[in-house]
Amino acid sequence: MAEQASNRPALALHVPEPRSRPGDPVNFSDVDIGEPGKMPRPDEGCDPGEMKDLAYGLVRVLGDDNKAHGAWDPKLSPDTLREMLGHMAMVRAFDERMFRGQRQGKTSFYMKCTGEEATSVSAGMALASDDMVFPSYRQQGILIARGYPLIEMINQIYSNKGDKLKGRQLPIMYSSREHSFFSISGNLATQTPQAVGWAMASAIKGDSRIAATWVGEGSTAEGDFHSACTFATVYNAPVILNVINNQWAISSFSGFAGSERTTFAARALGYGLAGLRVDGNDALACYAAQQWAANRARANQGPTLIEYFTYRAEGHSTSDDPSGYRSAQEREEWPLGDPVMRLKNHLIAIGEWDEERQEAMDLKCAEEVKAATKEAEKNGILGHGLHHPFHTMFEDVFEELPWHLEEQAAQATRERQIKWPDKHPKDGAGK
Amino acid sequence: MNAQTETTKPQAGETEERRINMIEAINDALDIMLERDPDTIVMGEDVGYFGGVFRATAGLQEKHGKTRVFDTPISECGIIGVAVGMGAYGLRPIPEIQFADYIYPGLDQLISEAARLRYRSATDYISPMTVRSPFGGGIFGGQTHSQSPEAIFTHVAGLKTVIPATPYDAKGLLIASIEDNDPVIFFEPKRIYNGPFSGFYDKPVEPWKKHKDSVVPEGYYKIPLGKARHVTEGEQLTVLAYGTMVHVAEAVCADKGIEADILDLRTLMPLDIEAIETSVKRTGRCLIVHEATRTSGFGAELSALVTERCFYHLEAPVERVTGFDTPYPHSLEWAYFPGPVRIGEAIDKILKD
Repeated sequence: MAEQASNRPALALHVPEPRSRPGDPVNFSDVDIGEPGKMPRPDEGCDPGEMKDLAYGLVRVLGDDNKAHGAWDPKLSPDTLREMLGHMAMVRAFDERMFRGQRQGKTSFYMKCTGEEATSVSAGMALASDDMVFPSYRQQGILIARGYPLIEMINQIYSNKGDKLKGRQLPIMYSSREHSFFSISGNLATQTPQAVGWAMASAIKGDSRIAATWVGEGSTAEGDFHSACTFATVYNAPVILNVINNQWAISSFSGFAGSERTTFAARALGYGLAGLRVDGNDALACYAAQQWAANRARANQGPTLIEYFTYRAEGHSTSDDPSGYRSAQEREEWPLGDPVMRLKNHLIAIGEWDEERQEAMDLKCAEEVKAATKEAEKNGILGHGLHHPFHTMFEDVFEELPWHLEEQAAQATRERQIKWPDKHPKDGAGK
Repeated sequence: MNAQTETTKPQAGETEERRINMIEAINDALDIMLERDPDTIVMGEDVGYFGGVFRATAGLQEKHGKTRVFDTPISECGIIGVAVGMGAYGLRPIPEIQFADYIYPGLDQLISEAARLRYRSATDYISPMTVRSPFGGGIFGGQTHSQSPEAIFTHVAGLKTVIPATPYDAKGLLIASIEDNDPVIFFEPKRIYNGPFSGFYDKPVEPWKKHKDSVVPEGYYKIPLGKARHVTEGEQLTVLAYGTMVHVAEAVCADKGIEADILDLRTLMPLDIEAIETSVKRTGRCLIVHEATRTSGFGAELSALVTERCFYHLEAPVERVTGFDTPYPHSLEWAYFPGPVRIGEAIDKILKD
C-alpha cells in the first residue's frame, strides 16, 4: 500500500484568487461581454434545453452607440425610460445621503447598491405591482420603483419612533406587505425557497400573481438556493430566481461561489430551469429579461433563473473598506460601464433627454431625499432617545405574550427606571 | 382564532365511543383540518400517495387532492423554507419531517425565519406552520431515528413546542397547533404511536384500545396549548414528563405503589407553570423525566424553574431522569433508555428523607 501511494503524484488544493488585489493593475480583457443585440430571444414557453446558449452568453441591448439593439429591446416608451432613469437617479441620491447619515452617526449601518441600480429598478417596473418580491438586502430600487415613501425607508434606517418595524431590524431590512415586499432577512439565501413556496401557494390557489426573489452570487453557495432551484423545478413554480453577480461577497470574489469554471446562469441547466445571463448594467436588458421570465411564469410555463452580470461599485456596507481587499481600479475599468450613465446616454441619443434636464432631475432627487431626511429626523435618530416603549420589545414574539415574556417585560421596565430615570417619562412604562 | 381561549370539548354521549391509536388520531386531525380550512396543506417526504412512512397521512391525498397533500423533495431546508413562503401568502402549511433526527437541515429556516418573522416584520407577515415530526426512541431506530431534540426548539424565541402523549390529546393538540398563528413544532412520540409503553420493554406491547385516552370522538375539538394534564393525582411527589415518558413514569409509580402527582406537560412552550408550581408546592418533591440527553435538556429548564419558584416548599433536591449524554445507541437501546430502574432509583432518592 505504502509503495503504491509513493508512486502517485501529490495532490494540490486550488484556492481561488481574484484578478487583482489593492494596487494591482486591472485588466478585464478576458471577460467576454459579447455584442449588444446578438443574443436570440426565444419564446417564453421554450424548453430550457433549447436555450442553453443564453445561460453562457450575455443578453445586451444598449450598444456603445447608446442605441437599443436586437430582439431583447423591450421597446419602452420614452416616458417609461425617463421614469426608469428617474428611479435609478433617486436610488443613487438616496444611497449617497444615507451613507453620509451613517458616517454622521445617525444610524449604525447602511448598504449602497451603487452600480446595481438597473437590476432592481427594472424588475420593480417589469413586474406587476402585486407580484410578490423576496429581496436580498440591496434591492432598495424595487421599493423606490413601487412608490414606497422615502420617509418610511429613512424611519426604518434610523430605527426611530416612526419606524414601522418598531426598531427591531438592522437598517435597510425593510418590510412592506402593502407593497408586496417581503421582510428582508440578514441570513443569506433564506428568501429563495420562501419565494418558491409563495409561488407554489399562488399556484395552489389558482391565483395569477407570481413571485420573484434576489440573491447575491456569493449566497448561491447556500443550501437554501439549491433547495429553491429544486422545488422550483419540481413544482414548475411561477417564480423568478434573480442572481445578482456583482463580483464580490464582502471581500470574497465570485470565484468562491464557483465562477471560475462556469456561469451562475448555467446553474439553471442542471435543474431544468430556464437560464438567462444578462448585462446587469444595461437597464433595458434587465427589464427585458425580467419581463420574459414574468411572462413565462404567468403563463404557467415555469421558473427562470437570471444572472445579472454587474459590479458592486462600493463596499459591501458601511462596515468594510473595499480598498483593503480589491483594486480601486476595478470600478473604473469595469467593461460594462455605469447603469445610470448608460440609460441617460440612451435617452439623449434618441433625442428624449439632455444634460440640463438630467442636472435638474438629479437636483430634484437630492432635494426630495433631503426633505424626507429632515422629516424623518423629527422622529429621532438611532442612539438618541429610546424611541420605542419597552413593552414593544416583547410583543410579536408570539401572537400573545406568554407568562415568561410578561415577567421579562416587567423586569425590563423596572431596569428602565434605574438606567434612564429622567428620560422620556411617558415611554417604556410598560403597557 | 386563538387556541388558548377556546376549548371545545365533545359532549358526553354525543358520539359512539371510538377507540383509535395515535396515528389514527393524527390522521383524523389532519383530515378534519384539510376539510375545514381550505388554506391548509400537508406536505413532506412520502406523505402523498404512499401516506407517510408511519401512515399518518394515509388516504389524505386521495380524499383532498394532489395540491393539498403532496410529496416533497428530500430537502428539509426546502420543506421548511417553502412553508415559510406559503405562510406569507396566507396558507397554513402542515409540513411533515419524516424523523425529528432529519430536522437539522431545516433549522435555519425554523430558527432564523419562521420563528422571527412576526417579530421582525412587526406583524406584516406571520408563519403559521405546524411542523409534525416523529421523535424519541424505543423502536431500535439507532442514532438517526431515535433522537429527542425538543430543547433545541424551546431555546428559540418564537417557536412553540407541543408533544402529545395520548390519541385523544394528539388529535386535540394537533388541531389547536394547526389553528395557532405561530409556528409550532409538533413532536409525535413514535414509540407510543400504536400503544402506550410501560418502559418494561420485555413485556408484551399493550394496544391503545385498552387505554382510556384512546377514546377519540369523531369531529372537531381542540385542546389549548399551554395547559398540562393531570395523569394521576398524589401527595408523595410531583412527576413532570411528556410524550412516551408519561406512560413509563405512570407504570413505574404504579409498580412501586407510589402515589404521585404526574403532570403530562403536553406543551413545553408555552409551559403551564401554574400547574407545575401548584403541584410541587403541595408535594414538596419533584422528579423530571425525559428521554432526551441530559445536559442542557428541557429538564434543566424545568429544574431551574421549580427551584426558583418552589425552593422553600421543597423537601428534597429536584431530580432529573434522562437519556445519557451519548448518541442514541442501537444495540444498547434499553441500557440507554431512561426506564423503570433509573426512574425507580430517582424516586427512592427523592422520597428517602
